[in-house]
Order: sequence, then structure tokens, then C-alpha cells
Amino acid sequence: MSVNAENAIGVPQWGEDRKLLWPIKETTRGQRILLISLFVVAMFGWSCVIRQWVLGVGITGLGKPLYWGFYITHFVFFIGISHAGTLVSAILRLSNAEWRRPITRIAEAITAFSLIVGASHVLIDMGRIDRMLNIVFYPQPKSPLFWDVCSISLYLMSSLVYLYAPLIPDIAMCREEYRNSGSWRFHFYRVLSLNWQGTEAQTKRLHKVINFLMIFIIPVAVSVHTVISYIFAMTIQPMWHSSIFGPYFVVGAIYSGIGALMIVMAVVRKAFHLENYFKLIHFRQLGLVLLVMTILWFYFTFGEYLPTYYKNEPHELTIFMSKMHGDFAWLFWGMVLAMTINFFILAIPYFRTITGFAISGVLINIGMWIERFVIITPTLTHPALPYKAAHYIPTFWEWGEFLGSVAGFILLYFLFAKLFPLISVWEIKEGREEAIHDVVKRVESYMPDPAEKGESKDQ
Amino acid sequence: MKALTKFWNKLQKQRKSRPMVWGMVIDLDKCTGCAACVQACRSENNIPFAGEEQMDLGRGIFWMEILASAEGREDETSYKVNPLPCMQCDNPPCIKYCPTRATETNREGVNGQVYARCIGCRYCTVACPYTRRFFNWHDANIPKEMEPLLNPDVTVRYRGVVEKCNFCYQRIREGKWNAKLNGREIEKGEISDGEIQMACEQTCPSNAIVFGNLQDIHSKVHKLAKKKRTKTIFGEIGAQPKTFYLDEEDVHVS
Repeated sequence: MSVNAENAIGVPQWGEDRKLLWPIKETTRGQRILLISLFVVAMFGWSCVIRQWVLGVGITGLGKPLYWGFYITHFVFFIGISHAGTLVSAILRLSNAEWRRPITRIAEAITAFSLIVGASHVLIDMGRIDRMLNIVFYPQPKSPLFWDVCSISLYLMSSLVYLYAPLIPDIAMCREEYRNSGSWRFHFYRVLSLNWQGTEAQTKRLHKVINFLMIFIIPVAVSVHTVISYIFAMTIQPMWHSSIFGPYFVVGAIYSGIGALMIVMAVVRKAFHLENYFKLIHFRQLGLVLLVMTILWFYFTFGEYLPTYYKNEPHELTIFMSKMHGDFAWLFWGMVLAMTINFFILAIPYFRTITGFAISGVLINIGMWIERFVIITPTLTHPALPYKAAHYIPTFWEWGEFLGSVAGFILLYFLFAKLFPLISVWEIKEGREEAIHDVVKRVESYMPDPAEKGESKDQ
Repeated sequence: MKALTKFWNKLQKQRKSRPMVWGMVIDLDKCTGCAACVQACRSENNIPFAGEEQMDLGRGIFWMEILASAEGREDETSYKVNPLPCMQCDNPPCIKYCPTRATETNREGVNGQVYARCIGCRYCTVACPYTRRFFNWHDANIPKEMEPLLNPDVTVRYRGVVEKCNFCYQRIREGKWNAKLNGREIEKGEISDGEIQMACEQTCPSNAIVFGNLQDIHSKVHKLAKKKRTKTIFGEIGAQPKTFYLDEEDVHVS
């Protein structure tokens, strides 16, 4: 597709991309402090989970009508973020967008780690985690939760491979870098590089894997969030039972994912001095995608809420009203406000700076977190039978678990950045050396063929 | 397609040919709201105590519960009570959501819970529109003095699993065993009406609760369930509950 499969890439040389190596080679004091504090917070999150395993799910603020709360919200939230990477990078690769080259790996790493964090939330939510293999031993194919298990595990596997495959030439580069150092890193890279020599056959195989996965992964990614939305949409609970949920969740997932990608890009750019790789143009290109997603998100939200209001079904209206001017109003309108501000940041050229995009990324993720919470919780607070409305106050432990999982995600990402180059060196190289000619050829092929002399005169 | 239709018809036929389908009728015009059924259910089924603090969080477990609500304006308030066991739907909205088949409808139409297989994901509790499923948030809280009084026929549920009313299945089984020992063919539904009594039914001072075999056309339940004033809760969602209510007026909760 985007690459010439004929040329062997060999073990690439660092060349002018050598500055990508410094986060691997050196650890500054600031990084050390960050690493330790992230570790502490992540361990605190773990301790909350372990406390829950010892004492029971009763340490959460959940109760009778409100059986699902923070954990399921975060499950949906983190898996939503995971749509940044693999899906975006697959689409960019597939559409031959040349500006993708520095972005793809950063995006794919987000997918892998947020998927691990997100999927673990549904396990944390379980009352009996020791029996989780019952889903494998006694599966019930009718259950949307079972569909989820299938599609998320497929997605996790394929996106790990999709992250790993383009990483192999770069691992080989690191291997060569540490060959004579006697460090443990040499053996680490030696094992992971799968004896990459960059021969013609290896290169061909690599391109084959990447080209296959980038097509394969798009329907898988779409199915993942569709099936997650089916968990809710398949029940007959008011405001959950909605046929729009599948595409609504997918749009929201891609939206929050690209938002997260914006944040990561801005942070990594500053932290690892990659100003030369993430230029304003990359942010602006992604910003355009984000703007489209913002508008789509508004369209879907509108399309979800207005029919509910017009339908006037009492149970649904109770929940609708609790979002409009009830318990959840400040959250709902906060979300709308965040998304509106975000729209203007993305649309007005004056704000389309890197800081602006980073802020918009934060706003999107706050907004999308609220969206998930406001979809999941209000429905459960008002049971259909005339019970007293329930109020959900997440406990200290649930907040601790949330902080811990955010820290865990950053920690995993940080460790990844300390072990592997965050930017695909060989792909950048390929971009420099080959893609320019390819693009020129491609553009020429779009144009009308030059008329041959003599021919045009005759007609 | 033809094979599918054939299979479907066979399934429907099998369903119709069930010798026993248990059902319950609660006469709201007779119900006084004394909550004796709630107590009977709790001691029959070893339901743990929640305590005041946990009750406020909604952690109380009531397989049978009295839902009370006031209606009308200030001067003409009417107070209504409604005993709520599990609806034992024939087309249950909870069962197809369980990812591990820990809850199934058996041939007699009772929706049971397999505590030993439940993973505690709480999907069924979320899906049940009647909120008739309960989760064990903590280890069962049963005081030491109460332990000798526990029903030996029923397990004490442990932390992290979902539980629900199962129409006192231990009593149904006992009734069936007795019938079998007496030489009756239970496969043909030869169980006399009133032979099996639910704990709530047995305790009800005004005989508002009637339990029995809906397939037996001579049973009291069958006759009551066919009455004009029979209602089900949320009939419109198509869950086909097998717990019926008798009320001159509309069942107020639906």
C-alpha cells in the first residue's frame, strides 16, 4: 500500500533521528520523580482493588437500583480512549496520509495500554473475580457481555500485534545500539527483535502483516464499541434501550480517543523535545478530524435526546428530566459546555495552536467521561417501580481506583517510552527517502494525461 | 428457514406441554400490608440481615418485599401496598444477559440462580425491570444466635453473587418427592392443588397469596389467573410474568 514491498529496509540507521534515542538512554531527575509518583498512585489504586477483594464490592457507593457505577463508566471510558490509536492509525495508513508517520506509534501505544486498563475495570466490577473463567467454560452466547469478551480480547490481541509489528525494525536498531554495552537491554531487544535483519523476505513479511492488520482492525475496532453500547442498548431500561447507541458510542470513542492522542502528543512533544517531529501541521490535520467528530458527536447527542423528549414515555421522561434539570443537570450541561468550548477552539484559527489543541483534548476527555457517566448512572437511579430515587456517591475507594488506573495508564505509557522509540524511525526514514517520490507520482497520476503532440490538433 | 420454523414449533409445543408451570396470584384487595410474608420469606430462605447503615445504601435483600406508595391529594390520600416477589417471567428479561448461564429458566418456569456459577457482574440485576434481583455486597450477616434457626434446605449465600426469589424451590422439590413416594406420576403433573405452599402463602393471614400449578386447569391459581380483574405488572414489556395480581382498580404500580 503505502510502502514499496520490494525494497529490503535492513536494520535502519539512526542517522539524523538519533535524538529519539535519548529518552531511552538517559533518565532525568524529573522523569525519576514522575516515575516514582506514578508508581505510588498506581499502587494506591491497586490497594483499593485489593481492599475490595477482601471486603466485598460493598466498599463502593453502589446499592440496590444502582448496581453499576464508576467501574463500568471507566470501563467504557478507557476502551473509548483506546479507539484513538489503532483505528486512527489504521485509517491514516490505509488512506496513505503521509503526515501520519510520526503519529502512528504514539496512537497505537495509547490503544494497547488503555485497552488493558479499560478491560480490567470490568473484572474489578465483578463480585467474584476468581470465577471469571466461567465465561470461558460456561459461555452463554446470548449475553452481550459474552460478545464483549470476544470482541475486546480479539481487539486487544490484534492491536498488540499491530503495535509490535512496526516496532520490530526499531527494536533491531536499539539492539545494535546496545550490542557491545553488556547491558540487560541488549538481551531484551535481542529477544524482542526476533532476529530482524531487514532482509527482503523479512521486509516483505512485515509489510504483509501491517497491510493485513490495518484492514482487519478497522471492523474489529468498530465492533468493540458497538458491542459495548449493546450492553446497555439490549436491555429494556429507559434511556438505554436505544438503537442509536451503536454508532453513538463508536463516534464518542473515536472522538475521545483522538482527544487523548492530542494530549499525549502535546505532552510527549514537550517532555522528550520532539518539536521537530510533531509540528503544528500534524496537530492541525488531526484537529480537522477532531472538528468533524465534534460535530458528529453533537448530531448524535441531539438525535439521542430529542426523540426521547418527544416520545414522552413516563419512565424515560423521568430520567431525561433528571439529566436536564435534576440530579445530573450540572454534569449534563457541563458536558455540553465543554464540548461547545471545544468546538470553538477547534474551529477558530486563532485558537488552533498546540496549547489550544491540548486544552481541547482535555476538554473532550472530561466531556466524554461525563457523557459515559450520564448515560450509565441516571437510568439506574430511577427504577421503573415506584421506589425512592437512589443517589450515587462514589466512595473514596472508587475514586482511588480511578486515580490509580489513570496513573497506571500513564505509567505503562511512560515505561513504553523509556524502552522503545516513540516515533517509528524506519517509517520516518521511508517517508524521507521514498514517500516523496511516491506522492509526486501519485499526484501526477490524478492529473489528466498530457496530450500527445499532433493528436489534439487533429480533433 | 423451514428447519428453523420446525424447530421453533417444536420448542413452542414443548413449552405448552409442560406438566407443571408454577405461578402465583396475589389478591391486592385482600392484602392488608402486614408484611408477614416478608418475614416468612426471610426465615425460609436464610436471607441475611443488612443493618441500618447498609439499608440506607440499598443493600437490603428482600426476595419478597412490600412496596408501599401514597396516592392522591392531601385530603383524599389513599395508601397502597403491593407485595413483590420475583415475577418469574415466562419470557424473562434477565436471563439472556447472564454471560455464564448462572441463571436459567427450568422446565417448570421457575427462574433460578446458580450461586456456584455466578460471577457477580450484576448484568441481570441491571436488566431486570422489576428490580427483583439482589446482590450480596458483603459476607452474609447472620448473628450467631440465629445460626441454629437457619433453614437447612437452603444455602446461605456468600459474598459477590446475585440471588433472587425462586418460588421456594426447596418446597416444590419436597412436594414433588412426596408425590413420587406416594406413587403419583409427577411427570404428568399429578400434584394436588395446595399441596405445595410457599412460605409467604403459608403465613399470609388474609389468604391473599395463592400458589399453584398454572397448567392444572382445576387449580385455584389457574382459575384466579383467568379472572377479569387479573393484572400483571408492566404487561406491555412482554415479559409475561407468572406472578399475577388481583385488584378491582388498576394495579397501581404499573
